[in-house]
Amino acid sequence: MKKGRFNQYGGQYIPETIMNSIIELEDSYKHYMNDEEFNKELDELLVTYAGRPSLLYYAEKMTNDLGGAKIYLKREDLNHTGSHKINNVLGQVLLAKKMGKKRVIAETGAGQHGVATATAATFMGLECEVYMGEEDTKRQALNVYRMRLLGAKVHSVTSGTKTLKDAVNEAMKEWTRSIEDTFYVIGSVMGPHPYPTMVRDFQKVISKEIKEQILKAENKLPSAIIACIGGGSNAIGAFYEFIEDKDVRLIGCEAAGHGVETQMHAATITKGSEGVFHGMKSIFCQNKYGQIAPVYSISAGLDYPGVGPEHAMLHDNKRAEYVAITDEEAVDAFEYLSRIEGIIPAIESSHAVAHGIKLAPTMDKEDIIVINLSGRGDKDVAAIARYRGANINE
Amino acid sequence: MSKIKKTFENGKAFIPFITGGDPNIETTEKLIYAMEKAGADLIEIGIPFSDPAAEGPVIQLANERALLAGTTTDDLFDMIKRVREKSNIPLVFLTYYNPVYTYGVKRFLEKCKEVEVDGIIVPDLPYEEKDELAIQCKDCGVDFIPLIAPTSNDRISMIAKESEGFIYCVSSLGVTGIRDDIKTDISTMVNRAKAVSDTPCAIGFGIATPEQAKELSHLADGVIVGSAIVKIIEEKGEQAVDSVFDYVKKMKDSIR
Repeated sequence: MKKGRFNQYGGQYIPETIMNSIIELEDSYKHYMNDEEFNKELDELLVTYAGRPSLLYYAEKMTNDLGGAKIYLKREDLNHTGSHKINNVLGQVLLAKKMGKKRVIAETGAGQHGVATATAATFMGLECEVYMGEEDTKRQALNVYRMRLLGAKVHSVTSGTKTLKDAVNEAMKEWTRSIEDTFYVIGSVMGPHPYPTMVRDFQKVISKEIKEQILKAENKLPSAIIACIGGGSNAIGAFYEFIEDKDVRLIGCEAAGHGVETQMHAATITKGSEGVFHGMKSIFCQNKYGQIAPVYSISAGLDYPGVGPEHAMLHDNKRAEYVAITDEEAVDAFEYLSRIEGIIPAIESSHAVAHGIKLAPTMDKEDIIVINLSGRGDKDVAAIARYRGANINE
Repeated sequence: MSKIKKTFENGKAFIPFITGGDPNIETTEKLIYAMEKAGADLIEIGIPFSDPAAEGPVIQLANERALLAGTTTDDLFDMIKRVREKSNIPLVFLTYYNPVYTYGVKRFLEKCKEVEVDGIIVPDLPYEEKDELAIQCKDCGVDFIPLIAPTSNDRISMIAKESEGFIYCVSSLGVTGIRDDIKTDISTMVNRAKAVSDTPCAIGFGIATPEQAKELSHLADGVIVGSAIVKIIEEKGEQAVDSVFDYVKKMKDSIR
């Protein structure tokens, strides 16, 4: 088996210009992941700067209201910068600094990864430029301003569909231009090896904590873990330490947009097929000639036509299940959690909440569901208001 | 010896690139004849892709125009089949890997063999991943043409040793597009390749003027020009054929 593979998925499908840098990254990562000093420094940042461990919160009102499995929420929304993205970014930016890079670049969809990267870069004294689709800069104007406030330069990407996929394209192009002094901070478990593995390793702290916390609270493992999935970093982070625990169902929630029977969705695993794109072999929404399909979701963070290679493998191996949640279901869940628990979830995470709402009543009171609340919803309030027909100033 | 390698025996090669189906498949066919008549030694045809990650804005737009016109991989095969009734010029596909992979590697290469596509350049399939395509290329007599870049350094010998057809020497960092100044030490790149292989080397990325072509042709066996030609097609559309003929003739004459 070649390196960086998850069954046939993964690999390094990138231009020759980048190859030596990717090899350098691979070697550095291999070195630092076993370096005591590096891990100590990173752990300290996660505790003192990001606010880890994040809470595992028993959602009692929701549990009683739904009348089935006991529901816990993993509160990644309480991390500094408001989502799970900071876990990965602190790891990568610290690595960039150790490698002597002066500048980091990143792509962003909802803006959460961009904000996290801008934060870590300014904190560690590196220059930062973020690529974001023009469409997303409109949907997530608040995050654009946050990134600028943090000293990052934000490039609005006007090519192609003007969303996350095109932001990745432009970030990759910029990387081939500035390969010598620039580190590309990829925001999800995607791209060429070693990114899918490295990002997963930085995110697996989520499942490590869930396991410790749930054993302490309930003295048993959960029946199911639910997470939303675009590229899949919060999902793999929440799943990883449970992969060997075969009785724990792992459920990823993709964006069905207007419905998987329409053209307006981003449900890659449900509707896609095998291909090679953005440096990896995986599953993509595409036509029969391999043209990547325009995808749609109300959620800018799930609006991506591919999925990380490890998820493609978990799907093929039937170790994880993947379901599709519509815009309408996600918005309902966004409002539901706000009212019942006083927690406003990100519209991305609302896809996972929506599935939890469906699943809990079908299970026993003995069962436990953990929903990974990957981010907070402040950034989405204006967009949800628009969805419901109210026009508010952000 | 492959047909492509043989082409380089007639002096310095001029290799134009156009995106297949830009602005439509009929014009692409006419452009192939015109460029051959103007002195092109080998023609690169890009298979349009939704997300051409190695391209600058000029060729990216050409990809969009071709896809908007409805161009498919099958349309390109059909067009090349027609071309082969009239022309024997070496033809090479430049394509991202996904269109080949989804078509089916075997099916794609058998089709190449059938219509006589002589080689294939895949910018997102580096040395480490090439076997899943390159091995079957051999079976079908299609040259798998590798790229080397200014950052390749000690990777060059490994790549050159297994090269076929020609070696595509990327002149600059970044994406395709016209550049005023090419700063890379290209002769070192080429010499590293020549030390281990007799495969011809052609330089691409950034070349637009006859002066640049002439200067660079001294360093290698040929020059590749894409964006400058695609720009003419962007401006003149279906009417671009005569202008492209004039441009290719001027460029070929400069390196004779």
